[in-house]
Amino acid sequence: MPTNTPTAADALTDVTASDGSLRRFLHGLPGVDTVGLEARAAALGTRSIKTTAKAYAIDLAISMVDLTTLEGADTPGKVRALGVKAVHPDPTDRTTPTTAAVCVYPDMVATAKAAVAGSGVKVASVATAFPAGRAALEVKLADVRDAVAAGADEIDMVIDRGAFLSGKYLKVYDEITAVREACGTAARLKVIFETGELSTYDNIRRASWLGMLAGADFIKTSTGKVAVNATPANTLLMLEAVRDFRAQTGVQVGVKPAGGIRTTKDAIKFLVLVNETAGEDWLDNHWFRFGASSLLNDLLMQRQKLATGRYSGPDYVTVD
Amino acid sequence: MSDKTDKTEQQRLGVFKTYKLYVGGKFPRSESGRVYEVTDAKGKWLANAPQSSRKDARDAVVAARKAFGGWSGATAYNRGQILYRVAEMLEGRKGQFVHEVADAEGLSKSKAAEQVEATIDRWVWYAGWTDKIAQVVGGGNPVAGPYFNLSSPEPTGVVTVLAPQESSFLGLVSVLAPVIATGNTAIVIASERAPLPALSLGEVLATSDVPGGVVNVLSGRTAEIAAPLAAHQDVNAIDLAGADDVLAKELEIAAADNLKRVLRPQPVDDWTATPGTDRMTAFLETKTVWHPTGSLGASGSSY
Repeated sequence: MPTNTPTAADALTDVTASDGSLRRFLHGLPGVDTVGLEARAAALGTRSIKTTAKAYAIDLAISMVDLTTLEGADTPGKVRALGVKAVHPDPTDRTTPTTAAVCVYPDMVATAKAAVAGSGVKVASVATAFPAGRAALEVKLADVRDAVAAGADEIDMVIDRGAFLSGKYLKVYDEITAVREACGTAARLKVIFETGELSTYDNIRRASWLGMLAGADFIKTSTGKVAVNATPANTLLMLEAVRDFRAQTGVQVGVKPAGGIRTTKDAIKFLVLVNETAGEDWLDNHWFRFGASSLLNDLLMQRQKLATGRYSGPDYVTVD
Repeated sequence: MSDKTDKTEQQRLGVFKTYKLYVGGKFPRSESGRVYEVTDAKGKWLANAPQSSRKDARDAVVAARKAFGGWSGATAYNRGQILYRVAEMLEGRKGQFVHEVADAEGLSKSKAAEQVEATIDRWVWYAGWTDKIAQVVGGGNPVAGPYFNLSSPEPTGVVTVLAPQESSFLGLVSVLAPVIATGNTAIVIASERAPLPALSLGEVLATSDVPGGVVNVLSGRTAEIAAPLAAHQDVNAIDLAGADDVLAKELEIAAADNLKRVLRPQPVDDWTATPGTDRMTAFLETKTVWHPTGSLGASGSSY
């Protein structure tokens, strides 16, 4: 368990006192052993999860899905359909757990909220000029307030990668704290790093710590809008960061890989990473999520296969 | 240097072929890692063939489903050209197939050559049918009203084919070609005892413009692979040509679950006889559309 000594907490408060101290802290984090990280992620991906363990993992994964639609072509009808699917992923089998949340653009929050009302499914909204994040802070904050006012339970913000990559860490930090403030107590904050744009594993580790220091409730890999999204290696790295952060400060932060996770096999590999790295405390949809849309259908088909013994097909799940 | 060493140096070490499955345009080994021994008609070892598991069958269905849109959407004329190309490739590798068929069925070289030539002719025959079947089984229907009413044949979807057990090449092509000619995609389970010509056919298909996944060739224990395919919810039809009575009944029951089309085993005395269109129409659906004639003026229809 974490050792919440006052010295450790104090040390981390000092870290964010100035741009210089923040830079010294982030650049003082141990470098990432790229080969070791990728080998570890690949090795954990070879675990064989079968029968009852598989059934458990599938239900857990379904309950962790943030069912997402982030298209310019989103209509209220599509968002309502998505909400219904989040509440009853498999209408032929009511023992299927609900997904964790639906994830939409801010203007669709009210529609999504109505669609999942009373089900316990949360509504997450991307904000802060998603996915590029290229807008003035005031615009970003207005975006966040708008989503929160419409009833969003969770806000997925993107960091300013341009500022991060040019070394203006305090600017990124201040932006996250400002958004955190705009969320108030009503919404949990997920911070998206867009790991595919951060170039190096060292940067992903730095961004993770930066996000957690600034008060993120969740750190999230990517928007799903670029070529490289969640990979086992970068998710493993972020899981190590949340583990170490809790050990130092006593604060638990969630992780959300998003984009590119399409099959049950992939999802189960991520769950193995969670269990082996962060530990069982994170095996809960309060602390771990999958940002995905097509993954849910594959999970449902695998669930049907386990229940009936027959392979299912795409004709037996909804098209979305 | 003595003559003896000279001779040993000239002795070339033969390169054995690793027979592999053909799934989604690739040549994987069985997911299970298993192989089984394939022997010739006299029991002499020929090669190890992959012994597919139900997971190979599952992967094959995924590949076939993925390929269905493109293959069924291609023009019939284009499909015909591609199938004709297969025949061209077969012609070029005739020697290899004569050898494999002779070994598999215990035939003389000349008898085997006859079989292979008949097989190539069968491909050409079905290649010709791709853009003609619609005229034969589709067409305009007479209706009592000012409408057009048209029926056209559409492919059923993903079809599992149990290749005949005895005729390892001609029989195989005679059941496979009609399925894909009309735009279906196929998972074919090769003859259990003589799978080598079928596995080599995969290599021909891979080099003849047939998109990956349109034909997927599995070898192994027919009953083991066919059971999950018969029950699979994403398979639309199954041809039981290679099943015995007991297995055919079992598979037909499993296939009933999602109302698969089932073609029961048909007794075939002579595979070389002209087959007719039955095997094509068995895996076709009829789509009928009502077509209004447009606005009817006071002077009546323009037709």
